[in-house]
This record gives sequence, C-alpha cells and structure tokens, in this order.
Amino acid sequence: MTLQIDAPPPPEAAPPEAVPPEAPESGASESGPALVTTYLRGPDVQLAPAARGERREVDAAVVVSGLNVYYGSFRAIRDIGLSIRRHAVTAIIGPSGCGKSTFLRTLNRMHELTPTARVEGSVLLDGIDIMAPDVDPVQLRRVVGMVFQRPNPFPTMSIHDNVAAGLRLTGRVAKAELDAVVERSLRRAALWDEVKDKLRANGTSLSGGQQQRLCIARALAVDPEVILMDEPASALDPVATLRIEQLMAELRASYTIVIVTHNMQQAARVSDETAFFTMGEDRAGYLVEQGPTSQIFTNPKHQLTEDYVSGRFG
Amino acid sequence: MTIPGAPGLPTRRFTGRSGSSADRLFRTSTGIAAVTMAGLILAIGLMLLVNSGEAFRQFGVGFVTGTTWDPVAGIYDALPYIVGTLLSSAIALAIAAPIGLLTAIFLAELAPRRVALPLTFLIELLAAIPSVVFGLWGVFVLSPFLGATLEPFLIRTLGWIPIFAGPSYGIGLFSAGIILAIMILPTIVAIAREVISSVPDSQREAMAALGATRWEIVRRAVLPFARSGIVGAIILGLGRALGETMAVTMVIGNGQNIPTRLFDQAQTIASKIATTFNEASIGLQTSSLIALGLMLLVITISLNVVARLLVRRVATEGGR
Repeated sequence: MTLQIDAPPPPEAAPPEAVPPEAPESGASESGPALVTTYLRGPDVQLAPAARGERREVDAAVVVSGLNVYYGSFRAIRDIGLSIRRHAVTAIIGPSGCGKSTFLRTLNRMHELTPTARVEGSVLLDGIDIMAPDVDPVQLRRVVGMVFQRPNPFPTMSIHDNVAAGLRLTGRVAKAELDAVVERSLRRAALWDEVKDKLRANGTSLSGGQQQRLCIARALAVDPEVILMDEPASALDPVATLRIEQLMAELRASYTIVIVTHNMQQAARVSDETAFFTMGEDRAGYLVEQGPTSQIFTNPKHQLTEDYVSGRFG
Repeated sequence: MTIPGAPGLPTRRFTGRSGSSADRLFRTSTGIAAVTMAGLILAIGLMLLVNSGEAFRQFGVGFVTGTTWDPVAGIYDALPYIVGTLLSSAIALAIAAPIGLLTAIFLAELAPRRVALPLTFLIELLAAIPSVVFGLWGVFVLSPFLGATLEPFLIRTLGWIPIFAGPSYGIGLFSAGIILAIMILPTIVAIAREVISSVPDSQREAMAALGATRWEIVRRAVLPFARSGIVGAIILGLGRALGETMAVTMVIGNGQNIPTRLFDQAQTIASKIATTFNEASIGLQTSSLIALGLMLLVITISLNVVARLLVRRVATEGGR
C-alpha cells in the first residue's frame, strides 16, 4: 500500500512526519487494492496513481484500507479506504444503516465485543496495523478512546471515580496524581466548574449533557490520541449539544476526533473532514467520498453525495 | 348530535362508563386475592404467637437461651436448634455464594451460547430435585464419602484449629451445610445470572473503551451495577437454606447439643420440628415446638429486613 501526494504541501501544512519504516509495509501488503488519500491541511485533496515505494504521510493519524466488516455471513461494510487527519475532526455521515457506527467501532476494535463480527483489511494507526493479531485490543483502546451515543457513566461510581476509572485499570496510581488527572480531564471536558464542589456525588446525578461531558472526561483521562464519538449529542437537547460541539472544537487541537453523526448541520459545524457513506445494493455500507467538509458540502464529486447533503435522500 | 359546521362527522359521546360492571368485578376480585394473601400471613403469625404462648409463659427468655430439651423433665429450650439453623445455613452460603456467583458470571458473560444454554438448563434442573431425594443422596453417598475421606483429611490437616477438630461421623453440620449449598445453588445461579445478563451493554462498552480486560469489565462495570441484585439472589438462597427441612433432617444427625465443631452432629429448628412433632405430647411440648416455628419465622424475617437494609445502603452509597 502506498500513499500519494501530488501537490506539494501548502505552506501552512505541518511538515511531513517520519513514518516508521517497517510496520506499515508488513501490515498492509496483503490488504487489497489500496486507494488511499493522504490529507494535507487545506482544501486540495489529490488522488494520484500509486507510486511504489513512495510513502509520505502528512497529518494522517489513521489510514484505513480494504476494510470489510462482516456479521456472520452478512457484509456490513465493504472496501472502505479512507484517512483520518491528525488533530482534526472527521465526520462520518450517511443514511441510517450504512455502517457508520460499525466502521467507527472497528477503529478501536470494539466490534470484537460482538461475537459474530469479523474484519478484513487494515487500519494503520501511526503506521501500525491495529488489526494485526499481535495487537492487544485492550491496550489499543487506551490509545483510541470512545464516547457513546447515550451518556453511560458508571452509576455506582462518583463523578471523581468515573473519571478515574480508566487510570485505575492500569494499576495503583497515587492519590495526588489521580486527583490531578481527574481535575485536568474535567477541565478539558469543560465540566470542572460545574462539578468541582461535588466530586463525590454520583455520576448519574448530573444532567444528560453533563453526563456526556463526564463520559468525555473519562475518555480523556487515559490520555488517548484518537477519540471516537458515536453520535455523541443525539440524545441531548440543543443547548447541551452546542456545548459538546464547542468542546470538540477545543479538543481538536490535542486529539484526533472521529464523529459519527446523523445530523448534517452538526457535521458541517464541527468537522474539518467529512466522509460520506451510503448503502449499496447488497445492503453493505461503503464510502462514496471523503474530503474537506467545505468541499463535501458545497462541491461534492459524486452525485450521491450531492443528493444526500442537499437533502434529496436519506 | 352533530357539530355545527362539520357535517358528516360521526357523533361522539364521552359520557357514561364503558364496561363498568366488568371493571368493578375485576377490581374486587384482584383486591380480595391480595388481601387474602396478606391476611393469611398475619393469621399464621397470630396462630404461632397464640399457640406458643404456653411455652413462653413457662420458660420466658430462657427458651431462647437455654440448651436443654428433656421431655421427661418437661424442659424445652431452643438455643441448640437456633444455632444449628444459623450455622448450617452459614456453611451453605459460604460454599454456595462464591460458587453460584462464579457460575452465574460464567453463564452470563463468558460462555458461548451453545454452552450456556444447556448448562443453564441442567443447573436449573437441580432445583427440580425433591428435597427427600437430596436427603437420600446425602445419606447414602455424600455422608459416607465425607466420613471416610474428606473429614478425616480435614481433621488431620486442620485439626489444630478447634472447629476442625474430630471426631467425624459423616453425618452432621458439615454434610447438612453441603447438601444445603447444593440445594440453594440453582436459586443463586438463576437469579444472579438473570441480574448480570440485564446489565446494559453500554456499561460493558464504557469500561471496555477505557482499555479494560474481560475480567476488569466484569469486576468494575458489571458486578457493581448488578450488586444489589446479586445480594438479593444470595438472600433468597439463604431463605431457602434456613427453612429447608427434609434433606437436612436426614443428614444432620439429630444432635441435641450446641454444635461447636464443623463435624458435630446438630439439629436445625426445622429438622427438630420434623423429627419431634409426631410423638410430641399435647401441651407444653407441642407449644414449645410451635414456639420453635415462631423463632424460625422471626429469624427469616429479621434476616430479610437486615439484608434489604444492606442492599439499600449499598445501592445508594455510590462512590467507593
């Protein structure tokens, strides 16, 4: 698999990052036809013929290629190849049932909690194929965190303990350090001021929007690099939704964020990159196109995308 | 009646009551059933109270603290049987609660469906075995094994601890506890499995997404969420152990003294009543047996209350 960059990076782009030389080749060699876009900062996305041996990665934290997901014999998503820009918000949009959430859950191998789920293809996280058999999904999930559709704080734990839950998994942590991480995570999740006087209160005593920010703080506490958000605001009222969206805009500076959303306005508001999925004749979801959000919403390459973003179907 | 300006709309009436007589009958019959059940419990309690009066008047508090049961002298005390009841149930719980919980975790969380279904069925089948059959098995299989093998081994290795001291008979407190444990396991497993299965997947996913192993998901997300239900499952098992009569009667050995060692022969309240009521003389002895029954009722009710308070405290505590 190779990554291609046609145009030189625009001046504001980050310098190309060093790529670990060994891991990607081994992981990706058998993963089928790879047509992988590498994203630069800026509007122009180029697809070019693969240039063997040339591999430069600019800003792509995750590179997915040839990804198929099956539930039993049913193929839920087909041949997904896309890249996820580092320290940006990538929105996955598309009609119901097109495999957006399924795709998201493969990025930290949460699909393995579903007994019948099976994956083909590769997902390179900083050049390492996370689907490789020697990758431990438990450790992977500390790097790729997740926030769910419905706020799911641990109801038997206090606010403090909810945030500390991930750290406690890694073994004994000194109380002072734990408290510091809890405070920092709550601050980053823009929840600290609201809960600092009741850290011992039950996590479920908060409002829905606060609970979701608590869940974000909980995900941040283990210091992930990538945060997956599965329709994180769909169960919230508009005000709480706005807070979550503001939060994403702040978090993007430090984290790579992938958000699945049904809400196109939300995708347009919060994301830098958008990937449009739809469902084929075989009911398998596939990627129609990916690009900078402004381009997807104003000047998509595919008719399907245009129909969807203009509200003509889905 | 038509609505002006809306010709052709069907006439609607909202007054009057539809099916009011059937409704009243329904309410009355269900109400009677509920009140009857509650009344029955009160009636049983009252019967026990009235008929045990003679024993309590005769012995006072000494009935609960005394240790003699002597029909010749006309002295009837309850303490050995109360202790026997509590100890045999405690042994049963000590064995059945951890095994039952582990089994429930395996069935609900770890076992693939094709393993879990038949196993669940077999374990619940244990509950269908009649008490007296357990008793037979206890007398002819379990007790000989205990008396010949396990108990001598424990006495040899742990005998320096007073409660493990000999002699052993095979039948006694220990075998009764084991039989009870087997009998209450299906109850504990069935309810605990149900409770664990009903923990929402979102809780497991939340913990998994933080980088938790299977075991950590169970320990830190599933079990805390399910803990009040698990305590409830254990309480229900305890309730069954306290009142269980037939199998215990057959293997506990009818000891008349307060058991002080694990392998002592003993007697529970239920087994004492079952073995004695047939030849009990009318009057003080019968009254004493009924007083024993009242003690058992008081024990089960108060344990239930304590356990419920515990569950509520645990459930609302949150935090640590």
